[in-house]
Amino acid sequence: MSQAAMTTSVPPGNGAQWKRVLSLDNRFMPPLFITLILLAGNVSFGILESYQKTLLAIVTSIAAELVLGRIFLHKWPHLASAYITGISVGILLRSPFFWPYALCSLLAITSKYVLRFKGKHLWNPSNFGISAMVFLAAESVATLSIQWGNNLGAMLVIWLLGSVIIWRLRRFHICAVYVISFVALAFLRTWITGDPLLSEISPITGPEYQLFIFFMITDPKTTVRSMKGQCIVAFAVAAVEMLLRLDQSVYAPFYALFIVGPIALLIEMWLNSRHSTVNAAGSFDKGLVHP
Amino acid sequence: MTPIVVRRFSGREASAQTKLDTKAALANHGFYLTEVSHAAGIDFVHQGPTLDPKLASIMPEVASMGASVSIVDFDRDGWPDIYVTNSAEGSKNHLYRNMHDGTFKDVAEELGIADVNQPGTGVSMGAVWGDYDNDGYEDLYLIKWGRPELFHNDHGHGFTRVSEKAGLPPWINANTAVWFDYDGDGLLDLFVGGYYPEDVDLWHLKSTKMMPNSFEYADNGGRKYLFHNLGNGKFEEVSAKVGITSRRWALAAAAADLRGTGHQDLFVANDYGVSELYLNDGKRFHEAGERTGVGFAPKSGMNVAFGDIFNKGQYAVYVSNISEDGVLIQGNNLWVPKDVTGGKGIQFDNLARDMGVELGGWSFGAQFGDLNNDGTLDLYLTNGYVSLDRKKSYWYDFTKISGGNSTIIGDAKNWPAMDGRSLSGYQQKHVWLNDGAGKFVDVAQAVGVTDTYDGRAVALADLWNRGVLDVVVANQRGPLLVYKNTVPPDERWIEFQLEGTKSNRSGIGAEVTLFWNGQEQIQQVSGGSGFSAQNDRRLHFGLGKAPRIDKAVIRWPSGKIQTLHDLTPDKLYKIKEAE
Repeated sequence: MSQAAMTTSVPPGNGAQWKRVLSLDNRFMPPLFITLILLAGNVSFGILESYQKTLLAIVTSIAAELVLGRIFLHKWPHLASAYITGISVGILLRSPFFWPYALCSLLAITSKYVLRFKGKHLWNPSNFGISAMVFLAAESVATLSIQWGNNLGAMLVIWLLGSVIIWRLRRFHICAVYVISFVALAFLRTWITGDPLLSEISPITGPEYQLFIFFMITDPKTTVRSMKGQCIVAFAVAAVEMLLRLDQSVYAPFYALFIVGPIALLIEMWLNSRHSTVNAAGSFDKGLVHP
Repeated sequence: MTPIVVRRFSGREASAQTKLDTKAALANHGFYLTEVSHAAGIDFVHQGPTLDPKLASIMPEVASMGASVSIVDFDRDGWPDIYVTNSAEGSKNHLYRNMHDGTFKDVAEELGIADVNQPGTGVSMGAVWGDYDNDGYEDLYLIKWGRPELFHNDHGHGFTRVSEKAGLPPWINANTAVWFDYDGDGLLDLFVGGYYPEDVDLWHLKSTKMMPNSFEYADNGGRKYLFHNLGNGKFEEVSAKVGITSRRWALAAAAADLRGTGHQDLFVANDYGVSELYLNDGKRFHEAGERTGVGFAPKSGMNVAFGDIFNKGQYAVYVSNISEDGVLIQGNNLWVPKDVTGGKGIQFDNLARDMGVELGGWSFGAQFGDLNNDGTLDLYLTNGYVSLDRKKSYWYDFTKISGGNSTIIGDAKNWPAMDGRSLSGYQQKHVWLNDGAGKFVDVAQAVGVTDTYDGRAVALADLWNRGVLDVVVANQRGPLLVYKNTVPPDERWIEFQLEGTKSNRSGIGAEVTLFWNGQEQIQQVSGGSGFSAQNDRRLHFGLGKAPRIDKAVIRWPSGKIQTLHDLTPDKLYKIKEAE
């Protein structure tokens, strides 16, 4: 999931807005909301494998951030980002074992420091960790799927909380484009597969999908900067997801973002360097530290 | 595909297909199983139902239950017989009479309990036996998607249908029923757990909106029934009156005195939702699933079996669920009572993972029993949902629909067609040996359990009075398997056959606590457990080598305590409740 509030793109020179977005409230809003979602989900639906596993994911994530931050940056990084990654892993990963939670968090945080291009990390950390786990260790892990029930209540809660965050960060258009694209492509899929239309739309009506929409594809650190570009990328994620779904991939949305996200960033960097309008990626330090 | 490095740490190495080495099995595990159904004269193959054509595209999934097995000595000759259900319209159920020579003979037709799946009356889903009129002969309650049936056992010479006289309703879509004397009046009562709603005729659907409205929080299933035995051949339905009003999708239920109160509590495992634990105060039931810990995380409950796995005089409860690599890992539950103080009442911890019995595929029936007579209870689990095309899986479509909104999942017409694809098919079974030190080890392949049919029901019985537990497995659209057990004679045993006098004559609910070699193990006579199954009413205790038996304490449902001394191993004790 994203560290949206801490890393949102802010037009240079707009001091008031910068201050507003990075105010103490905004800075801790995503961790707070994610925590609320987790607690609400677990109290009402028992979504967690266990508190211990989620705690392990969070502790591993924070520990990895501290260690890697010291090694690469020679200072103590802010931990809110790692906390969100850990809690995301705790919510989205399902396994009867403990080790996948630690490994997934470790992979997620490490990817942020190691898999970089021109000083920028390319993958949303939790998307990277979870995609890697379901791809490499399918015998031992799955993702959150049906554990949040099938009623509107849970979905509305996430829409409400997610919208508050995303609207404030002016990224709601990403969600909107993705949802519209998904539904439009569902028509295409049903035409191709012959399956009932509602079965193709069904995944996006589940609460767990809303976490993906609101907190993963909107990650400012791993999405392109322009609004038009963001819309194109959101559509591209939905389009690649469709192709993966036609191949009956259970984890199509995660893999789609895993594939499209870095490619979009690399294209953006290439375009930027061609036009020499923007610094390629900023300093290593600037790219890593979440305000 | 999982890289080998990850596979090593997953703890789930695929067990290799091995040819049964009986000497090694005896040396390493103390027993082996030989599938002998054909040699025993049993060539039964279960047939599934064909429901309303509107469900044709997902028929293999919705018509995926009905294979069941129950053990009963219907003619009181001292040898366990086997009753199995069939589920195709017009198909016949079989009652295999034990011929005392290693073979069985189907006598269902001549005794009047074969032709029970006639079109228009629904089809069989299971059977439980209990002597509801205390005449000494076990009567038959037939669990159906359709018209439920009660057959009175006419002294082992035939059966008389008494469904209407008993006051049963015209239609229930159930998969589970349990005989137990909930109010301790000496008469067996009957719990029946509905699955589909009772107003749904699966052969003539008014609407395709008959699927669960959630994969884990469904509350639109069949109602529950508790038929109170009035003692005159009639039953009064009292479920609401005593506090049982759930409409979850029950798949398995069993009763046991979990708190030592003298009253049997009722544990219900629900598909598409949480389990329910109804604590019995002798008059009313109090649902305490969430409070006790067993009814919090919703899964796909398909089995309830009780077993004193630690030899502490306490029951653990095994509930089976679904686990599919890389898609859905619910994990099975092994609920073990906590040592609770401070008046909180009973609470349970799930120790399935710690003890190694969590992952069993698409798990169905399971039973506890001491398979190698070493003095600890082992666990036999069967599994596998729909085995069709080996190379094509329905899982992607299943996950696509199951995570969606209730209005989508609840309507069968929205479900993608199965098109001959498998859904958790061809799974390897699990025979978990209890090492007595807190771990179960899967030895299925090594002891001869290599079948990969779509297993449903498991029942345990000493079929040939040899002092070992044999295993009978009913498979959906597959053969009935009879696994004959071989255990070295130096592993000793003792068995008890109980007959109530003040208590119900079947002895259902009676508990035997056996004390030997400084340890104790409790077992109870059950009126139905596992999934669509019932074990033999005789209680079998493995004792290990050179046992010293101190005593056996019997607690009857009437409350009477009977203590037996001077017991010797390798004997079946027939005990009548002291007057």
